[in-house]
Amino acid sequence: MMLQGLSEKLQGVFANLKKKGKLSEKDVKEAMREVRVALLEADVNFQVVKKFIKTVREKSTGQEILNSLTPGQQVIKIVRDELQELMGGQNEGLNLNTHPAPIMLVGLQGAGKTTMSVKLAKKLSQDNKKVLLVAADIYRPAAIKQLESMAEQQEIDLFQLGTNNSPVDICKAAMEHAKKYGHDILIFDTAGRLHVDDKLMDELDDIQQATSPCETLLVVDAMTGQDAVNVAQNFNDKLGISGVVLTKLDGDTRGGAAISIKAVTGAPIKYIGTGEKVENLEVFHPDRMASRILGMGDVLSLIEKA
Amino acid sequence: MSILNKFKSGLNKTRKNLLGGIEKVFSGFSSVDDEFFEELEEVLLEADVGVKTTMDLIEELRDYCEEENVKESAELQKFFEDRLIEQFGEGSTKLNSSDVKPTVIFVCGVNGVGKTTFIGKLTNKLQKEGNKVMLVAADTFRAAAIEQLKVWGDRNNVDVISHQMGSDPGAVIYDGLQAAKARKVDYVICDTAGRLHSKTNLMEELKKVNRVIKREIPDGPHESLLVLDATTGQNAINQAKAFGEATELSGIVLNKIDGTAKGGVVIAINKELKVPIKYVGLGEKIDDLQEFDGKQFIKALFDRG
Ligand SMILES: Nc1nc2c(ncn2[C@@H]2O[C@H](COP(=O)(O)OP(=O)(O)OP(=O)(O)O)[C@@H](O)[C@H]2O)c(=O)[nH]1
Ligand SMILES: Nc1nc2c(ncn2[C@@H]2O[C@H](COP(=O)(O)OP(=O)(O)OP(=O)(O)O)[C@@H](O)[C@H]2O)c(=O)[nH]1
Ligand SMILES: [Mg+2]
Ligand SMILES: [Mg+2]
Repeated sequence: MMLQGLSEKLQGVFANLKKKGKLSEKDVKEAMREVRVALLEADVNFQVVKKFIKTVREKSTGQEILNSLTPGQQVIKIVRDELQELMGGQNEGLNLNTHPAPIMLVGLQGAGKTTMSVKLAKKLSQDNKKVLLVAADIYRPAAIKQLESMAEQQEIDLFQLGTNNSPVDICKAAMEHAKKYGHDILIFDTAGRLHVDDKLMDELDDIQQATSPCETLLVVDAMTGQDAVNVAQNFNDKLGISGVVLTKLDGDTRGGAAISIKAVTGAPIKYIGTGEKVENLEVFHPDRMASRILGMGDVLSLIEKA
Repeated sequence: MSILNKFKSGLNKTRKNLLGGIEKVFSGFSSVDDEFFEELEEVLLEADVGVKTTMDLIEELRDYCEEENVKESAELQKFFEDRLIEQFGEGSTKLNSSDVKPTVIFVCGVNGVGKTTFIGKLTNKLQKEGNKVMLVAADTFRAAAIEQLKVWGDRNNVDVISHQMGSDPGAVIYDGLQAAKARKVDYVICDTAGRLHSKTNLMEELKKVNRVIKREIPDGPHESLLVLDATTGQNAINQAKAFGEATELSGIVLNKIDGTAKGGVVIAINKELKVPIKYVGLGEKIDDLQEFDGKQFIKALFDRG
């Protein structure tokens, strides 16, 4: 497979760099070209890649690097550090500092919001929180039924008002309900929408105004390509997202969208979805994601040893 | 809106969104120089065409310019257009239909790409053309998948054959085909559960339901449509390859091109698999579906008249 080949090529490039006692600008350029291809093949946004390569190249071709005793290793270290920087540092947990604490899930159609709502609800209820799932998607056929049946299976409380009330009213009513029945956390499952659909984006804004969520999480399909930056930027401009959740990472996608989104929003990636089942939820690890994106799990460990 | 106008506006929307921006490079540069190629490369990569396909295309164009001594972008555009038209398949993008009723349409793809919605739209279209349609709810896995398809069945006023959630998808397809034959429908469309192409057991299941279809209707399925999400990046290539191995694909449905994604990965897929795009999805409503004709599309893409 193409990516497999790429990974091997990268390993070759890095191994070569490591061996070199002296490094020319040409060597660095060659290595950067391979890194660029790896990032683009992983669906990292073109502009983000461009900036990344520029930064690494600048840092790598300084005289103190090229004239050092181990220039190759220095360059490798720069690549790794910059990647880590892009992906974000330590994992950040959810911020749930109000009572009750509303969490709002937003994103494009089919990204995995409804599934993720239930996954989070399950996880939080395992942490002994009383969670209320809120059916705020009145548009998609059988959306409420989907949430209802998953909630029932996991024995989590559900709040719904059918499809004849506006999502804003539903969420407001859910807040009252949660206060009355002592729920600690609410999770709003909103309808999928395009980031360029002004009317529906306004609706999310209204829900946010009315309920002041502790977390507004953007749910993103990990297979998303170059458009991830447009999507993330628009949602962030409109709503100021507090975090990102990546879904469908159980496949063979490299998931470069993670880098793009982090780069344009600065919002931390908090969780990842790794399957259709409710238990397929994991905490996000920036370092693992970095090696996945470059297709170089082995290379990173190789670098570690360098 | 009249049907013709609707078709035209659909085509316009498709033209504006799918691969949009490529034509601007040609109109923005009068001569083909390094800057032109750099710009073209950038636009192709940003449209999700992918590194390999982009590099191949650029190299081909550069070679052509050198060999034919082409200096103006207008001249190169002609070559590029022909090249893309060749790639987007001369093959028919019309829906196959069987002489003997029913025509079986099998719909598959990864999770959340818009399979069920597409079926709802296609049903509407086929019915408008005077066909009798029936749906089979073979996604027995996802919560409320059956109910979702039933809503689309109601909207179209057609029968939906279903079993309980969690039951064997092969069994419901078997029942669906029996019912379709008995009720003499023209088209029977099978919805399947979304599955990632990298999951061996789920892909085996797909092969199994295909065998069920073949047992009942030997020349079926007459259409095996792979549904893709235009927002997807390079992973769509892997999807197309893996689904193509599990079932012989006859066409691609490219959904969600009403957003800002350019869907360029279909160029790479087309090049490798030679499976034509048959439909594009332009939204969530029942008539947000457009038949896709590659030749017409590429012509329209570059036509700023
Ligand atoms: N393989 C895999 N599938 C997932 C994952 N998360 C969700 N899905 C599937 O993706 C599809 C869409 O998920 P939903 O939760 O319905 O997505 P949504 O964002 O709520 O969709 P809309 O409400 O229509 O916008 C379903 O088939 C889910 O089972 C995941 O992490 N891995
Ligand atoms: N914007 C837009 N949304 C679409 C389009 N087609 C489908 N959708 C939406 O995408 C989401 C997923 O659609 P489904 O039809 O449920 O997708 P699916 O492939 O059947 O999903 P699973 O069965 O869970 O794998 C829904 O919210 C649809 O309304 C389209 O062309 N454009
Ligand atoms: Mg949903
Ligand atoms: Mg479906």
